[in-house]
Amino acid sequence: MEMPAPNQAILGLKDRLVARLQTVLPADAVIHDQAETRAYECDALTAYKCPPLCAVLPSSTQEVSDVLRICHEMGVPVVPRGAGTSLAGGALPTADSVILGVARMTEVLETNYDDRFVRVQTGRTNLSVTGAVEADGFFYAPDPSSQLACAIAGNIAMNSGGAHCLKYGVTTNNLLGVTMVMMDGTVVELGGAHMDAGGLDLLGLICGSEGQLGVVTEATLRILPKPEGARPVLMGYDSNEVAGQVVSDIIKAGVLPVAIEFMDRPCIRATEAFAKAGYPDCEALLIVEVEGSDAEIDEQLGLITQIARRHNPVELRESTSAEESARIWLGRKSAFGAMGQINDYMCLDGTIPVSQLPFVLRRIGEMSKEYGLDVGNVFHAGDGNMHPLILFDANKPGDLEKCEAFGADILRLCVEVGGCLTGEHGVGIEKRDLMVDQFAPDDLDIQMAVKDVFDPQWLLNPAKVFPLDASAKRRAA
Amino acid sequence: MMTPQTEAELAEMVGAAQGPLHVFGGGTRPIGRPVTGEALSLSALSGIVEYEPGALTLVARAGTPVAEIEAALAAEGQRLAFEPMDHRTLLGTEGAPTMGGVVAANVSGPRRVAVGAARDFLLGVRFVDGTGRVLKNGGRVMKNVTGYDLVKLMAGSYGTLGVLSEVSLKVLPQPEAVVTLTLHGVDAAGALEAMTRAITSPYEVSGAAYLPGDTPRVFLRIEGFAGSVAYRAAQLKTLLADLGQITQTDTPEESADQWRALRDVELLAGCANVWRVSMTPSALVDRLLPALGDALGPYQLDWAGGLCWLGADAGAGAADMHTRLQALVADPAINAGGGGHATLIKGDAGLRAQVPVFQPEPAPLAALTRGLREKFDPRGILNPGLMG
Ligand SMILES: Cc1cc2nc3c(=O)[nH]c(=O)nc-3n(C[C@H](O)[C@H](O)[C@H](O)COP(=O)(O)OP(=O)(O)OC[C@H]3O[C@@H](n4cnc5c(N)ncnc54)[C@H](O)[C@@H]3O)c2cc1C
Repeated sequence: MEMPAPNQAILGLKDRLVARLQTVLPADAVIHDQAETRAYECDALTAYKCPPLCAVLPSSTQEVSDVLRICHEMGVPVVPRGAGTSLAGGALPTADSVILGVARMTEVLETNYDDRFVRVQTGRTNLSVTGAVEADGFFYAPDPSSQLACAIAGNIAMNSGGAHCLKYGVTTNNLLGVTMVMMDGTVVELGGAHMDAGGLDLLGLICGSEGQLGVVTEATLRILPKPEGARPVLMGYDSNEVAGQVVSDIIKAGVLPVAIEFMDRPCIRATEAFAKAGYPDCEALLIVEVEGSDAEIDEQLGLITQIARRHNPVELRESTSAEESARIWLGRKSAFGAMGQINDYMCLDGTIPVSQLPFVLRRIGEMSKEYGLDVGNVFHAGDGNMHPLILFDANKPGDLEKCEAFGADILRLCVEVGGCLTGEHGVGIEKRDLMVDQFAPDDLDIQMAVKDVFDPQWLLNPAKVFPLDASAKRRAA
Repeated sequence: MMTPQTEAELAEMVGAAQGPLHVFGGGTRPIGRPVTGEALSLSALSGIVEYEPGALTLVARAGTPVAEIEAALAAEGQRLAFEPMDHRTLLGTEGAPTMGGVVAANVSGPRRVAVGAARDFLLGVRFVDGTGRVLKNGGRVMKNVTGYDLVKLMAGSYGTLGVLSEVSLKVLPQPEAVVTLTLHGVDAAGALEAMTRAITSPYEVSGAAYLPGDTPRVFLRIEGFAGSVAYRAAQLKTLLADLGQITQTDTPEESADQWRALRDVELLAGCANVWRVSMTPSALVDRLLPALGDALGPYQLDWAGGLCWLGADAGAGAADMHTRLQALVADPAINAGGGGHATLIKGDAGLRAQVPVFQPEPAPLAALTRGLREKFDPRGILNPGLMG
């Protein structure tokens, strides 16, 4: 993945920049020592690394505004950062950029159960938002697997999803308002604690804009009353086709599970070796979870298992206790870790129409043989969001490049069958150059025109999302 | 009047336009500042392009009648879960509401409080911008974060950023059973208490509305599988027992009629002017309504108190009432940072030309809005001025 050459003039400004930043931030919030800036050289897409010019860790919206005003005046690019768990390289710095991390902004600012919202600083982690309200019977619905670590800031920037978004939606469906600082330091409020926009839906535009339109410092999030209970059922099938059919039948039957997760054989084997969850050795495994009171769960699981049986499962295991539920989820939750035990892996994130599932899995299997790289599939089947994990050896010359080419082919396949490049991880640098496969030049131009409005100098996270040649003129201007 | 038959024709017409265009679908929602311009009707750009019940997705051309889509969905036991309001009764209009119109005005009904708005069910759009370019964003899959989300931006932009040619939607199954509980004899504060208790309970209500007046009533809707609906109805009755007498509907038809009337705000159909106010429930019910004092006419609460429809008779006071409502919404003493907006939904063309129909935005947001319009419609020809 190519990154633009650093601007030499900006590199030369480092001392002056650091001095100015130190006038608006406490000394320990400006990190400029070369050894220390290394901590910010990458996010979870670790194949790409580059230490920034410096990193700042402001504690308030005002400090963020001060930092941005200075960078704006000096023409220095800024890369916003939450917890650095992006799998797309969204928070990857360039050598001539300032990393603006919100990790110190973790306060809960307001909790209002009657009006069902919580307002937090965006450095707060996803899980600790729920942590702040769960004693009172509430939760924040979007639940990325990285929820222990990832920050609300990154969730908003990537419009992150999670296992339970089939029922509750993704970040944008649960975000009511934000405080955002524009590149020139102006602070704006978008949305609020009410429902829907009164004019143009600028909040909807900000969510998923990958840190390119403004730095989000505070967020008002919708919270929901916790369901009385939840229980999964596990089913194994001999073929991906049949499992795909089961998913479609469940949806058509009018059940709306909170989650339908799918794992294929390579992934099942890897997780079994690693986590020993007791999964059957079969071609395709589904975990379907429903919520409600005990009786309601029984009613829904009854219907689901009835459908499951019609398709001759090799295994059907309905959870009847918390321990059993935990065991059923254990393998799924350790799937990424398990694959990581075997080798380095790259996690893809395309979405396809659910009906294309068997075809796409078959094609991925064929391509895996052609490329000579193993791949395991684990994904949110209810909404067609796939996560093929391609295994490669980072120490073997050429393997990363081969893996990237394979990944690109899979994503192009997703687009070809009517889907898209990314369902929840975002474009970042990883899928930047594939955007032309999904969008016509005009489709990209209108998106870049939006950035022109919010950040005319293209200083915020400039080398992401859009192919470098498509954005070159705008970045240079 | 221009009536393009294809998307390509639409693009050509917009590109060749020499002056302002008045873009509309079914013409059933004359909302916003009146637009003077050549009429551009989307009615001929009609038909369902693709419907995949097993994937819960439907793609339709913008001019497709909502009724046609609802019928196709019903045949598969599915529906538009955001329950779009039909404005004809309230506004006294005729014609067939179109899907593009629903999306362009981000029209949702009572179920919005539980499942989300039209914008939350909109997966993708194709549209023609003010220069005549055909553009697309989003797609037809349920999860998609590829590039900026212009889909949300197009929802509720009233045809001012682009002319929608095709929309793709997420749909949901129809429930097996539905029951409505009615709580009788409560004032607004009591209604808010009841709706709040219900919506913050785990018993999943899919509608919570209030009609004041001589026989004030709170309506709570419960949908799902039969056993579950019966269970949740019983739990809710216990939860609310101390607030007043509760009755329950006997048939699904009875429920459907009640919620259709609430959805379409039939109560206020006789009013000359109608406003729609969205704020937090406590700001709306505890502070805004009392602040109106004698000026408070007939009204209806929906979205568990987060939405209020206010009616008033014709008269010299309409412009003042409008100004006052928008000022109250912007007043930190009422709203304590919660945000919100008051929109004039019904009023004669004179009034709509005179007042800012949509809640005015603070200067930095107004600048962003203006900047976006200049990019999407540099010549300012798409429903110019409609949103202010
Ligand atoms: C093991 C693992 C599992 C994962 N599982 C999921 C999953 O299930 N679902 C899912 O959706 N994702 C998942 N992810 C991806 C990742 O966790 C999400 O994208 C997450 O939202 C990133 O949050 P972050 O705080 O770490 O953001 P970062 O990585 O720090 O940044 C991500 C993007 O947000 C921008 N950004 C950060 N802060 C701000 C701000 N204040 N204002 C504006 N922009 C900002 C950055 O510039 C960057 O573009 C997973 C990642 C890992 C490593």
